[in-house]
Amino acid sequence: MTAAWNTMSVLLAQDATPTTRSALLIAVLFILVLASLYGFEIIQKVPATLHTPLMSGSNAISGITIVGALICIIHMEPGHWIVTILGFLAIVFAMINVVGGFLVTDRMLQMFKRK
Amino acid sequence: MLSLLVGLDHSMHTLATIVRPMPLWVELIQDIAYLVAAVLFIFGIKQLSSPRTARRGNMTAGVGMLLAIVATLYIQNAMSLVWIITGMIVGAAVGAVLAIRIQMTAMPQLVALFNGFGGLASVLVVGSEYLRRSDDITLPITFDQGLTMGLSVLVGCVTFTGSMVAYGKLQGLIAGRPRQWSGQLIGNALMFGLSVIASFWIGMDNTAGWTLLVIAALSSVLGVTLTIAIGGADMPVMVALLNSYSGIAACATGFILDPPNKALIVSGALVGASGIILTSIMCKAMNRSLANVLFGGVGTDDSTGAAGQQHDDRPVRTVDAEELAMMLDGVRKVIIVPGYGMAVAQAQHAVRDLYHLLEKAGTEVYFGIHPVAGRMPGHMNVLLAEVDIPYDRLLDLDQCNPEFETAEIAMVIGANDVVNPAARHDKSSPIYGMPILNVDKAQTVIVCKRSLAAGYAGVENELFIAPNTLMFFGDAKKSIGDLSKALTEQ
Repeated sequence: MTAAWNTMSVLLAQDATPTTRSALLIAVLFILVLASLYGFEIIQKVPATLHTPLMSGSNAISGITIVGALICIIHMEPGHWIVTILGFLAIVFAMINVVGGFLVTDRMLQMFKRK
Repeated sequence: MLSLLVGLDHSMHTLATIVRPMPLWVELIQDIAYLVAAVLFIFGIKQLSSPRTARRGNMTAGVGMLLAIVATLYIQNAMSLVWIITGMIVGAAVGAVLAIRIQMTAMPQLVALFNGFGGLASVLVVGSEYLRRSDDITLPITFDQGLTMGLSVLVGCVTFTGSMVAYGKLQGLIAGRPRQWSGQLIGNALMFGLSVIASFWIGMDNTAGWTLLVIAALSSVLGVTLTIAIGGADMPVMVALLNSYSGIAACATGFILDPPNKALIVSGALVGASGIILTSIMCKAMNRSLANVLFGGVGTDDSTGAAGQQHDDRPVRTVDAEELAMMLDGVRKVIIVPGYGMAVAQAQHAVRDLYHLLEKAGTEVYFGIHPVAGRMPGHMNVLLAEVDIPYDRLLDLDQCNPEFETAEIAMVIGANDVVNPAARHDKSSPIYGMPILNVDKAQTVIVCKRSLAAGYAGVENELFIAPNTLMFFGDAKKSIGDLSKALTEQ
């Protein structure tokens, strides 16, 4: 059953290759370009006084790499220890980024007060 | 835009199921969760446009992150769950301790450190994904994925080692002065070029895993050589640039996953854009091109200039705390211009006390903040916020400059090049053309500084010998403390 599934998916993947792969890439490039443009737009509106929290906050957002690390570990063959260790370390470092980034940004932002 | 994203999301999801044996509904839910997470990140950043809503914005983004993480946790085997939970607990604990214990004056170091970890995480994901996929015949690594793996390692390693050098410089572990040597530019170009070629190589031959190691080695060196060439006072540019790189690395990592992960791509693009904008603001504030900052290597050490030489023969007028307290009596408007020297001396609390005394006496007090004051974008604002100076008292370059004409006293605390009038008129000066805070337009300028040493650009400051300038020598924290004492006693 598994073998049959594997053969089928290989066939499908090959069959799918050049056209679907390029269609997929184009779609993702759309997302990339639109997100970047919109990013430029909204970040320009952040005032200079908040530039440090913007940096540490966006840093926390770049910890989204943790999703990639989770996907690696979740989909690996059990017992593939190098994959496990690399994925584990990726989770640790990305998580430092996420938790540390959001916490320190919150610490900074609660200091900003009006008169 | 949203409907467009939804449409794209849907089409990709159908394609993705062809190649991956995962229940359809799981992927559907994951994709929707990623979409919502991306929207929350965008709303979060939007709320950062005002200090009033900024804190909520940060929390909004945090919720987005939590959602993205939880949605990804569709786990089929218990062993991976153990690794995941352990990794997340360790990372969260380290992150929380760093975030809670850090001093506000050390914020640039922490931001550099976190940037570096982000880059490293991306590199590790690429390595892990490459090894996983090279064993999996159902998911061969395509040309574009191989190429992007190489580029992701390139950007990630530069981010990591670059940030570590920046951290070392900011923390004082490595000398702050820029290091330059002949052939630096060619060496950098060579390392970059070879890494790109190796990326194409692995794109064309996906069994060539060794190329990833070559790229990692070359780009790790490149990160060091790029950053070590940057002087302490140019750090705001470098920190912003590394911030951008960490986003680009995350974005590239999104492309290597199969199917491409939209959460990584969108978030990475947002962070990349943010870093690029900050970098360009910093460059504009110094009237230099990015290339000039990266390879120009202006300057000596940092702007506190303790080691600089003295010029006692110049006609400098000085003032002491008591005289200054008398001058400040009954004054209507004072503008304080802080610089990196205030951060080094940890003088922000003393400045706050002075601010309260002056306000109580009926003086209007404003703070003029130059974009590149300090060691990262917004450094001074954070320090002043820490001591509860209301943010509506902080003026940026454009708001502040018209105010000097009507100010009786401008007080420069630990800033130097950003107030040097030579930037306006002296074409031979290395800082010519840089927009400055025109403190010399105030009736009287008080410069609180340890010595007459030149600023980071190695330029002497004619402000110090201007007829309306009085030098208030000493350590910023002690001098301002003495001044407050004199004000209460008089």
